[in-house]
Amino acid sequence: MEKTSENILEIKNLHIEYHSDGEIVRAVNGIDLNIRKGESLGLVGETGAGKSTTALAILNMLPKYTAEISQGEILLKGENVLKMKEKDLRKVRGSKASIIFQDPMTSLNPVYKVGYQIEEVLRQHSTKKMSNEEYRDEVGRILEMVGIPGSRQDEYPHQFSGGMKQRVMIAIAIACRPELLIADEPTTALDVTIQAQVLDMMRELKKEINSSVLLITHDLGVVASFCDSVAIMYAGEIVEYGTLEDIFDPEHKHHPYTDGLFGSIPNLIVKTDRLNPINGLMPDPTDLPKGCKFHPRCPVSTEACRNGDIPVAVDGTHKIKCILMKNMRKRNE
Amino acid sequence: MNKIILECKNLKKYFETPYGLLHAVDDISFTINEGQTLGIVGESGCGKSTLGRTILQLLMPTSGEVIFEGDHVEGKNKKEMLPYRREMQIIFQDPYSSLDPRMTVSQLIAQPLKIHKVYKDKNEMEARVSELMDTVGLADRYVNMYPHELDGGRRQRIGIARALALNPKFIVCDEPVSSLDVSIQAQVLNLMMDLQDNLGFTYLFITHNLSVVKHISDYIGVMYLGKMVEKCPSDMLFERPLHPYTQGLLKAIPVPSLGYKDKITNALKGEISSPVNPKPGCRFAPRCPEATEICTSEDPKFMEVESDHFVACHNWDK
Repeated sequence: MEKTSENILEIKNLHIEYHSDGEIVRAVNGIDLNIRKGESLGLVGETGAGKSTTALAILNMLPKYTAEISQGEILLKGENVLKMKEKDLRKVRGSKASIIFQDPMTSLNPVYKVGYQIEEVLRQHSTKKMSNEEYRDEVGRILEMVGIPGSRQDEYPHQFSGGMKQRVMIAIAIACRPELLIADEPTTALDVTIQAQVLDMMRELKKEINSSVLLITHDLGVVASFCDSVAIMYAGEIVEYGTLEDIFDPEHKHHPYTDGLFGSIPNLIVKTDRLNPINGLMPDPTDLPKGCKFHPRCPVSTEACRNGDIPVAVDGTHKIKCILMKNMRKRNE
Repeated sequence: MNKIILECKNLKKYFETPYGLLHAVDDISFTINEGQTLGIVGESGCGKSTLGRTILQLLMPTSGEVIFEGDHVEGKNKKEMLPYRREMQIIFQDPYSSLDPRMTVSQLIAQPLKIHKVYKDKNEMEARVSELMDTVGLADRYVNMYPHELDGGRRQRIGIARALALNPKFIVCDEPVSSLDVSIQAQVLNLMMDLQDNLGFTYLFITHNLSVVKHISDYIGVMYLGKMVEKCPSDMLFERPLHPYTQGLLKAIPVPSLGYKDKITNALKGEISSPVNPKPGCRFAPRCPEATEICTSEDPKFMEVESDHFVACHNWDK
């Protein structure tokens, strides 16, 4: 898992802060992530966990004047994107790595035809020079890949339904066959049957262009159906990280936050009378608690959780950032 | 316990559009017993929110009957509805836009009490407001805050407190947890179920989230393009869905467990068609994997095919 040569993306000790009104919002606080070629990593967390900030940082697209990457590096195929010049970044964005934004309703430009918006990516980022006719054909072909008839490239975004718009967003992102696809909540705005269609399609596409995927979501069900590995994020930290089996196997030990997330979802198979949610709310990112960021809400926190650094317990591929996991073994041992 | 509190008969709500009549709610009939929860599920645009609002006469029904505790309420105007508003309340979907940003928490919660002139004495009203805040789990220190100072979960609690203020019997919950994070969603769901246990509410719980609806409902009605296609006890729906749309919907839910990775869902193809001037026959026929000739020519009837299990499909037994 740790072999560097295969890694498409490596994030090392990333810290990101936003500065506003004299306050410092600590959005990302020292995360490490790796994505290998062809791997799908699910980044899970609730609103304000720092998921989208991480995604934007990978393409060095954070707002310039308010966001600051105070520490760490992001290596995309071995190159540190944080040190790249704007000119070089433009070559990376869209071609080596691209992003599918969360909200298809506002991310498409309403005054341009969808075909044009896909073509623009090709003109900017594709290494191949093509004639106008060839562009049309290529755009048509890309639309077919996401399940939209190529003839609809002359329509405007308002003529498409929500699910179709999200497919167009995906078409834009995959136009240049990027090696890393960042999908920021790609199905959150969609109905379940449309979500299933889009996920099926993304699976097919992934096979076809063999890209790695960083899937950002808050839906554990989507993760279970799509990802190879999972990172659970809370208050800007990765609290648990491992393969899909590591995270979803109830026999394994888990971070109390992960347990809380699973306890919050009503189960379709087993009837439960009451949910076991996490008490309290996300901490204020301008005033994060000392020690473990989760301790104020944690049902099993101890005095030791309130201060100092929290070690990461490691068991093979499975990592948990919790003081109580000193000797990670199976739960029922 | 088996007293019927609300009955809808052939309820219809059509909207006029430049392109024709939009059939938002089309011939829906059901009953809810006191103290029970009827969950309404369906995808966006199926008419579930319109149904909730039409029942409360926030939208005037085009035709059909709404009978609340034996009284016909359909077509009643604002003034005539006032006494019923004490009994029938609604929790709105979006806790960001449904609260007046210029009112404080206490003013927001006191508003229904003022409109219905429940208390003459100011102290009594304040006591009731703080009691309500306590019931929904809002700490006293928020009493003079404005909605923008609170997060989504707390705002939704204000919405719930407002709906509870008049001690209603029946509450329409229109996607009350959809905009909340899962951990907060679970807190609010637990609160709503506790309130039902303690105060005996009847809920019409509208949502697109099938796991939530299963968790909270006694009965579930599935809607598709203005029609109710299936209705039965909650467990039965998940064990033995009869309508092809329900089956497709259940298959599409991603399950948060191992063993579902890369499983092809055989998702329902196509999308919801236009509710404007719908074609004759079953509304689901264009997407239905089992559609036959009769499905595109004749409307299926909503029938009780086995005890307590209603379905509108020509081919339910095939």
